[in-house]
Amino acid sequence: MVEKGTALLRKLEINVAEAEKRTGKNTVNMQETYTVYLIEIRPAETVPEGGTPAAPDTLWRRYSEFELLRTYLLVTYPYVIVPPLPEKRAEFVWHKLSADNLDPDFVERRRVGLENFLLRVASHPVLSNDKIFFLFLTEVSNRTHIYTYADSRLKSLSAMFRVKNPDKRFTALKHYSDELNTVISQLLRVRARVADRLYGVYKVHGNYGRVFSEWSAIEKEMGDGLQSAGHHMDTYAASIDDILEEEEHYADELKEYLFYTDAVRSVCRKHELIQYELEMAAQDLAHKKQQKEELATGTVRIFSLKGMTSKLFGQESQEQRESRLATLEQSIREGEETVKEKNAECQEFVRTAWEDIERFKEQKDKDLREALIGYAIMQISMCKKGIQVWSNAKECFNKM
Amino acid sequence: MSAGAPRGLASSGQKPITEILHPLSAAEETLSPGPDVTVSGGGEKDSGLTNGTPVETSSPASASLLFNRLQLDDDLDGDARDPYASTETRDLFVTVDDPKKHVSTMETYITYRVSTKTTRIEFDLPEYCMRRRYQDFDWLRIKLEDSQPTHLIPPLPEKFVMKGVVDRFSEEFVETRMKALDKFLKRVADHPVLSFNPHLNAFLSAKDLNKRQGLALLTKVGESVKHVAGGYKLRTRPPEFCAMGEYLDTFAQKLGTIDRIAQRILKEQSEYVTELREYGTVYSSWAGSEEELRRPLEGVAGCVTTCCGALEDLSENMSQDFLPVLREYVLYIESMKNVLRKRDQSQAEYEGRLEAAILRKQEDRTPMPVEVEKCQDKVECFNADLKADWERWQSNKRQDFKQLLTGIADKNINHYEKCQAAWESLITLLQEKQTEDKTSETN
Repeated sequence: MVEKGTALLRKLEINVAEAEKRTGKNTVNMQETYTVYLIEIRPAETVPEGGTPAAPDTLWRRYSEFELLRTYLLVTYPYVIVPPLPEKRAEFVWHKLSADNLDPDFVERRRVGLENFLLRVASHPVLSNDKIFFLFLTEVSNRTHIYTYADSRLKSLSAMFRVKNPDKRFTALKHYSDELNTVISQLLRVRARVADRLYGVYKVHGNYGRVFSEWSAIEKEMGDGLQSAGHHMDTYAASIDDILEEEEHYADELKEYLFYTDAVRSVCRKHELIQYELEMAAQDLAHKKQQKEELATGTVRIFSLKGMTSKLFGQESQEQRESRLATLEQSIREGEETVKEKNAECQEFVRTAWEDIERFKEQKDKDLREALIGYAIMQISMCKKGIQVWSNAKECFNKM
Repeated sequence: MSAGAPRGLASSGQKPITEILHPLSAAEETLSPGPDVTVSGGGEKDSGLTNGTPVETSSPASASLLFNRLQLDDDLDGDARDPYASTETRDLFVTVDDPKKHVSTMETYITYRVSTKTTRIEFDLPEYCMRRRYQDFDWLRIKLEDSQPTHLIPPLPEKFVMKGVVDRFSEEFVETRMKALDKFLKRVADHPVLSFNPHLNAFLSAKDLNKRQGLALLTKVGESVKHVAGGYKLRTRPPEFCAMGEYLDTFAQKLGTIDRIAQRILKEQSEYVTELREYGTVYSSWAGSEEELRRPLEGVAGCVTTCCGALEDLSENMSQDFLPVLREYVLYIESMKNVLRKRDQSQAEYEGRLEAAILRKQEDRTPMPVEVEKCQDKVECFNADLKADWERWQSNKRQDFKQLLTGIADKNINHYEKCQAAWESLITLLQEKQTEDKTSETN
């Protein structure tokens, strides 16, 4: 569910049309098999009647390239909740679903997920204007150097630090995001178990098919009715495969928002980092001002080695003191600049982040409500199929 | 030799006695006999109902009642291709219901109300209402078996239940047992021969069962029929009876398989419901941390809960209505096999005596003893009765299973309908909200 509001989407139509297996040598010179996905770009104008649509520009990319792009976006736009990628490995599987990355069903769902990712980025008011993103869609050359820069900055985000005055709104948001993460994980786990059990119920009914068929062989008038009813039981048992396949799409919609919570958490963390840096800068400035005061008035409240040694080994000269004072004042001026900058940075971050958070909240409510409606529709369809099959069986029983 | 036993079909009616119109309220019609029904007037002793033994006391008058009033049976859709569709009117209606617990110093037990409505002259009154316990039904069954050894007696539900494993006084158990007893009695009452058995009469009408002295003579004679046939070996079984035996074996096997499948389904369904309940609670707890999404999520949780309830109803129905009937049919098959074995014995005895008599005749020219002729009669009656009972049993079986299986189909349809309704009302709710939002956006 993506809105077509951005300039980029007014210009271009984006698809991830196909997936293909490739083999090649990896970084340690070993043979590996991987999947590549075909990105298709078309101009978004409508095709005139009778005319043929323009041939798309295409290029192949593999999953790891998508990952690098996303990392770049995370670092470059720290205040944006960057859309997530489809899962790297199949998780929350129920027993029939293959956990193999090369399994065609998994690949297909991943293709859809990657297309969804590109469309989400392309419809984001900020991200859609990014040049690197545009080049990702259109240029074949490898831009790994951009991504390596991005990676190193990302490392600083995993450092541990404590903020003295946390912003209440961000704390609440982080808390909500954690809760959402927990509850969706739980939901996906239980859903997988439910699917497994439902599969069992349907498949056992298939045994009725066989026994009715065997029984019909010894009956005269009842034979035909039993035999046909048996076929319907087979149909019933087989129907669960499609039903559960469809439900995987619902699971994927939930998973997207599960991964979105990581992006939200990441924005909160970045805010904390900026806040922390601001607090550190302010603290540093306060410390320097204190030092200046002491130097000016001669009192020593704060321990410093210089102060200690001057007490022990004699006062410094007036010249020395004045030179130190000047350095300190310069440092203070620089510190004040830093604090002003950091403050501005922080305020700007809060403003832009909160804009994006509001946008995200609306998107989330809309998307999840539609997902729930979709789920209800799936359930209704399953009920209708069930009624159909049992009604058919009943007709056969009536003819016995 | 009687021309052919009655082949009327009276399927066991399932209506409670109070809903059945009294037979005399229907207009009498002149008879138009079906292809195989012997029409007899009064006075004939061998009206096709009796076999050779003097046990039967079916009076000629009642025989004519059976044959001379013909009405189409409502339960059988007027099956044109079924030669047994033209039938008799039921003039004996029985119902078992109203279980009650009795506590005495010696024991605790359940009694059931046995109600009878009848126009038969063998009964003194047109209506009866007696309280009977399982022991009494068992007594009846034993008496019927003893006095009608050539007929198939319907089975009773299991006599012994393991105390501590099954609660003999639980509502479910009593309900299931009562339905089986009702079925048993209806089958007996619908049988053209068994329903005239004096033991049945006693069961339905006598205040005190065990004190009926008059039946002692009859039971003694019946026993003689049972015990005589020991020690003879059967030469060749007629092919139709072989076929019956094979059919019964295969049928029993299939029913056993169906029972196992049904149990497996119940197990899977139960595990599914457990997971589904947890699934519903996760949606509820999610709703707690949302604002806009709270009502949709609570709606989903509600639907899931409804589906759990609907499935539990379905499972309960399977275990209470479906499985007991299956199991009872397995017992019925056993009864039938027993009758086949008795028939074999009876034939073996005849063949043995015949052989012995022939040898003696060759030796000293003594005429064929009466016992041998009696044996021959017995065998022929047995065969005829058995064939008649077989046909009726097959036809009842067909009706019973048709009803059973359509019942299961209906319950499943019902279950899905409930679930569908729940989800559909949720969608209406969610989509209402959507249009509300859209209009507020455009305003």
